[in-house]
Amino acid sequence: MTYILEGSTGPWEIVVGLEVHCQVISNSKLFSGASTKFGNEPNSNVSLVDAAMPGMLPVVNAECVRQAVKTGLGLKAKINKESVFARKNYFYADLPQGYQISQFDKPIVGEGTIILDMPDGSTKSVGIERLHLEQDAGKSMHDQDPKYSHIDLNRSGVALMEIVSMPDIRSPEEAGAYLTKLRAIVRYLGTCDGNMNEGSMRCDANVSVRRPGEGFGTRCEIKNVNSIRFVMQAIEIEAKRQIEVIEGGGTIDQETRLYDQRLGETRSMRSKEMAHDYRYFPDPDLLPLVFDDAFVSEIEKELPELPDEKKARFMRENGLSAYDAGVLVAEKEKADYYEVVAKGRDGKLAANWVITNLFGALNKAEVGIADSPVTAENLGKLIDLISDDTISGRIAKDVFEIMIETGGDPEKIVEEKGLKQITDTGAIETAIDEVIAANPDKVEEIKGGKEKMLGWFVGQVMKATGGKANPGMVNKLLRDKILG
Amino acid sequence: MTDLTKLTLAEARDGLAKGDYTSVELTEAHLKSMDAHRNLNAYITETPEKAMEMAKASDAKRAKGDAGKMEGLPIAVKDLFCTEGVQTTAASHILEGFKPEYESTVTSNLFGNGAVMLGKANLDEFAMGSSNTSSYYGNVVNPWKDKSGKDLVPGGSSGGSAAAVAADMALAATGTDTGGSIRQPASYCGIVGMKPTYGRCSRWGIVAFASSLDQAGPMTKTVRDAAIMLGSMAGHDAKDSTSAPIAVPDFEAALSGDIRGMKIGIPKEYRVDGMPEEISKLWDEGVAMLRDAGAEVVDVTLPHTKYALGTYYIVAPAEASSNLARYDGLRYGQRVMDEGDSLDDMYMKSRAAGFGKEVQRRIMIGTYVLSAGYYDAYYNKALKVRRRIYQDFEGAFGQVDAILTPTAPSAAFAIGENEGDPVKMYLNDVFTVPASLADRPLSRRTAAGSTADRQAV
Repeated sequence: MTYILEGSTGPWEIVVGLEVHCQVISNSKLFSGASTKFGNEPNSNVSLVDAAMPGMLPVVNAECVRQAVKTGLGLKAKINKESVFARKNYFYADLPQGYQISQFDKPIVGEGTIILDMPDGSTKSVGIERLHLEQDAGKSMHDQDPKYSHIDLNRSGVALMEIVSMPDIRSPEEAGAYLTKLRAIVRYLGTCDGNMNEGSMRCDANVSVRRPGEGFGTRCEIKNVNSIRFVMQAIEIEAKRQIEVIEGGGTIDQETRLYDQRLGETRSMRSKEMAHDYRYFPDPDLLPLVFDDAFVSEIEKELPELPDEKKARFMRENGLSAYDAGVLVAEKEKADYYEVVAKGRDGKLAANWVITNLFGALNKAEVGIADSPVTAENLGKLIDLISDDTISGRIAKDVFEIMIETGGDPEKIVEEKGLKQITDTGAIETAIDEVIAANPDKVEEIKGGKEKMLGWFVGQVMKATGGKANPGMVNKLLRDKILG
Repeated sequence: MTDLTKLTLAEARDGLAKGDYTSVELTEAHLKSMDAHRNLNAYITETPEKAMEMAKASDAKRAKGDAGKMEGLPIAVKDLFCTEGVQTTAASHILEGFKPEYESTVTSNLFGNGAVMLGKANLDEFAMGSSNTSSYYGNVVNPWKDKSGKDLVPGGSSGGSAAAVAADMALAATGTDTGGSIRQPASYCGIVGMKPTYGRCSRWGIVAFASSLDQAGPMTKTVRDAAIMLGSMAGHDAKDSTSAPIAVPDFEAALSGDIRGMKIGIPKEYRVDGMPEEISKLWDEGVAMLRDAGAEVVDVTLPHTKYALGTYYIVAPAEASSNLARYDGLRYGQRVMDEGDSLDDMYMKSRAAGFGKEVQRRIMIGTYVLSAGYYDAYYNKALKVRRRIYQDFEGAFGQVDAILTPTAPSAAFAIGENEGDPVKMYLNDVFTVPASLADRPLSRRTAAGSTADRQAV
């Protein structure tokens, strides 16, 4: 499905590449022993190295290296056993060293791939250009004092993985799917918590437009967008702006822009001429980062099952559709939940209950899977009650409603409310006889060939039994009695 | 009683061990000498109270039979080493008043071994210079005069350290060498200066000039003293990723004096045009001495020598331009700011007022050679040449055990000479920079060898 923006002079295609900064989960910073804990008092997690005191030297944190390699493996990417830390030089108040230690021409991870799961159940693969490790800057606060800016260095030196995609993304939806999938992967791996609202995952989007089939246009970079929804909006708005400029006879200047979600527009931040010359060069305080195959294979052994593999397994072993499997693996917690429900039960039935009923109810209540009032064990029991004919599917829906409200055990609910299915032939026959006796004309219609009327009788019997009669039995008995 | 300031480090060590005098007496004698020679301006900060405290503590330690390898020996510390609670300036205005809350690894090792600190020795600002005339705290005067009695430079950048040792204001001193900053002033002041192999001494806590070249070393009265002192300074340091992870041998025990059968290389490229007669004569005399002692002297070639100076003056300023970015007036040191100034205004005013001319010049050179469009032509090319220079030395050391060269193309010059012409000043380093450039970390860091991911406190 191609995403096309219609301009006044014809159709336009958009080309997007994303640069995502993921804060690495580690106890201490990339090059110092200071804590990475979020939300501590300003400037309490600051070592002499982070404050760039004279004579201080960086020493790389092996855990951050492992996390980067793990992420690289999760992205099916090339792991570079030799990489180089480089200094990116610029002056800013929240950058104490006057340079950021990053990686430039020799990143720790090379090319890889992310498979996007699109809402229509289709997939698309987007290339990863590289992943590199770098230090985060501190935080400037401009609203604390009328005359001065305040600087909090707690974040200064925390490890980031910058993950750069190829310009393979062609629509806002694909950008959204990319971020969703990337977030799922790092969360599965435990290498980044993926919380965009806390800033532990941040996104820059490179956007350009072109006539379908033509070469790349000039791109603009939209900096630091902090939610998936805003990234999608910003891309569409920026693409439309570029189309308007080009169709108005103008040209696109390569520049850095900011997305203003309040006004729904992107604004120029700095032009190419104003762009920093970062004067990258290999950091002489750090030696090339070198590790061997054994180091990588140790990490490989720790890799959990990732969303794509899980999805394939759900399809293969449980017979799920690509769409259902994709929905279930989107978050590890959802997949884990589903697996508990599906264990020893009909996988498809379990998927239906989890996706349609549970996710539906959770969405309505705006509650995450972790806070679901219905435990996976209880949902499983509910399915068992259906399977062993204790309750009908219809009654099960009522029981589920009660479970969502009270968090209760379905067996107890069925017991207490007397919802057990009537499977006693005598009781059902009595109800049938009553309905038949009250509607002799309709019985004749059926006998005259209008078999469809049987459904009406089933409904009446169910009604008479408060929905508790076993529908299959009702059907069979009715048939026997009327059609003989 | 003998003049305790005339002793060598080894003699003083042995005298202390025998109980001929105490560390307090040794220290007092040197403090007196510092008073007498204040005209040389060898120290930026004198620390007599601290020295006496350390000396007393040292004597007490010795009384308990717990003497370290440098126990009770008073030394000067180049003011590039961060010393806890003692002003550390790097001879720059921008760091005036800065008192570190930490002790550099090298001084920490020395003090741990019992050394006593007399004060912080003067140097060229941020160790950039060959004459010790770029110090914000005034130039250092060489204790030696020329034949006409004119005042001479002590060399640089460790000029204060060299002058302090030469004038008996310290038994020894720490220095640092980036492109000759230990060797050249040692030569100008007639003492022993040794630049160890890169990585031998930790750089942690030393104000950085050019990280891939900076190396701490001893400045002493004799070779034996250098061996003793280096043994106390050196060692692997997990806080410096470029520090060599190898054991420190007993350097003093290796001083057999026996060089019979050793091969000594004489690089022909070092016989430059216009070398003063006295220098080439001294060199020849050195060759003769080694030969007389049983060494075999052979010619070697270091073909890329002529590119070394240019290479050095690209690599070192490039690294310096980045290393000195942290002196921004924000967290420590001097800040110059007027009402209503922007952040950029503050940077410019603080750095313009805080850095001297030579430092500014090198920051500009360094920024230029790393700039887009010039990077390949300068910095990248320099790295390539640096590799060639390394290969030159590797080749030479395949044939010989050691190489003998002059330290500088001239003897100490008069104060004020060479001042107007930075390139002429840089030419002083022509014989010292090749060996610096040929140095590189001994091992490459692996992820497994790095620090553990520490638990959050």
